[in-house]
Amino acid sequence: MASRHTISTRLWHWVNAGAIIVLFMSGLNISNAHRYLYWGNYGFDPKDAWLSVIRFPGWATIPQHYNLAIARDWHLLAAWPFGLGLLFIWAAMLANGHFRHNLMTSPRDWTPGAVLASLKAHSGSDGGARGYNPVQKILYGAVFGVLLPLMLFTGLAISPGFEPAAPWLVEVLGGRQSARSLHFIAAWGIFAFVVIHLVLALANWRLILAMITGGKRPAEQEAPAHG
Amino acid sequence: MVDLPRRSLLAGIAALGASACSKINQNETARSLISAAEDGHRAVHRALAGKQALAPEYARSERSPSFRGNGSVTIADPFYQDQLAKGFPDWRLEVRGLVGKPLALTLAEVKALPQRTQITRHDCVEGWSAIGEWRGVPLAHLLDAAEVQETAKFIVFRCADTLYGRDYYESIDMVDAYHPQTIIAHSLNGEPLPEKNGAPLRMRIERQLGYKHAKYVKAIEAVASFERIGQGKGGFWEDVAGYQWYAGI
Repeated sequence: MASRHTISTRLWHWVNAGAIIVLFMSGLNISNAHRYLYWGNYGFDPKDAWLSVIRFPGWATIPQHYNLAIARDWHLLAAWPFGLGLLFIWAAMLANGHFRHNLMTSPRDWTPGAVLASLKAHSGSDGGARGYNPVQKILYGAVFGVLLPLMLFTGLAISPGFEPAAPWLVEVLGGRQSARSLHFIAAWGIFAFVVIHLVLALANWRLILAMITGGKRPAEQEAPAHG
Repeated sequence: MVDLPRRSLLAGIAALGASACSKINQNETARSLISAAEDGHRAVHRALAGKQALAPEYARSERSPSFRGNGSVTIADPFYQDQLAKGFPDWRLEVRGLVGKPLALTLAEVKALPQRTQITRHDCVEGWSAIGEWRGVPLAHLLDAAEVQETAKFIVFRCADTLYGRDYYESIDMVDAYHPQTIIAHSLNGEPLPEKNGAPLRMRIERQLGYKHAKYVKAIEAVASFERIGQGKGGFWEDVAGYQWYAGI
């Protein structure tokens, strides 16, 4: 096993990338239907909104014109590969040790010194020889552990047909309109991650190739690494 | 096609993706996938929660200060306006179709039947929510009184309002029709229904989005299929805009 990325990681990465593009762009179209966000269980009056969202232009939405029905069709369809994919990648990461070896942080990783050092060392290099640096671990951890699950759970929570199955989910999230607001915030969190991710990957395009072919793992990593 | 902004590569890629999706949307396979997902969502929801599981109910203090009216909020018809002013003395709620005993009930007769009061949240497909206290007759009582037949698979609600020149209507299956929170409401927050919220009678289908909750209900019709009603998709917004018939998401 000399490849940098396992087949499960690569498969999930690209299926998830496709699902996220469809979810994000159809989500912007859905946002245009009622451009106000509230906290709590109810909210319909723009006067009570904590945020008044811009109207997203056609080029950014699926479909390219305002159509709530088609946008919802695509959003609800793409939610399946996204949700099942998230379950799959978590199961795979726990089973193949990817989480324990590469993503799990130690208290040392959270110190300002470690963060600063990894930001300095990172510039340009892929840091491959020594695995992920603390900033990468924290960022990927936040995406896998917080943003992606939050997206899934807030999405389920705003469905009135799902709610009787898990009413506690809506309560935990602070009410239906809070869940809707968090769904929106998490979406932009993922968008921000994707921008950073793309910029850094395009700066070293071999990384993109490696996510397709599997790539080659640096020699130092061939032997099982502990610690 | 819309003219694409050329200055931005990202915009171009996004537009490409979006137009591909518009094309895919006409595609048979994509349509059948989307429709399979809709059926799947209904089946999964009912399997996870149970067919008769209740939507959450709230305390009086948790109600929204007012209840938004949306879609039709007024009816121009002179007969309706006259009835609204007088408290609907000549309004009749018909129960018809595949029933052994068709009914035509006055508002007073509707109120004399067993009642249910529930404080529930109304979620619009657009994204907003309101919470109100509804009082009315469980649909199950009406269907039993009218002796609904075995062959009935759906209940259709015929409404007094028109939008874009078409009569509003909606439909649900028998699972939702017999759900304990499916009521024909005549009161909102202790008062007779206001015009904007569907006076004199409106449906509450608590586990689905707002467009299923037909307002200004004139007749309840038991049918084996809704293929020959309207454009055959089971409801006004389903026909006009392509909204999903199962509105549990």
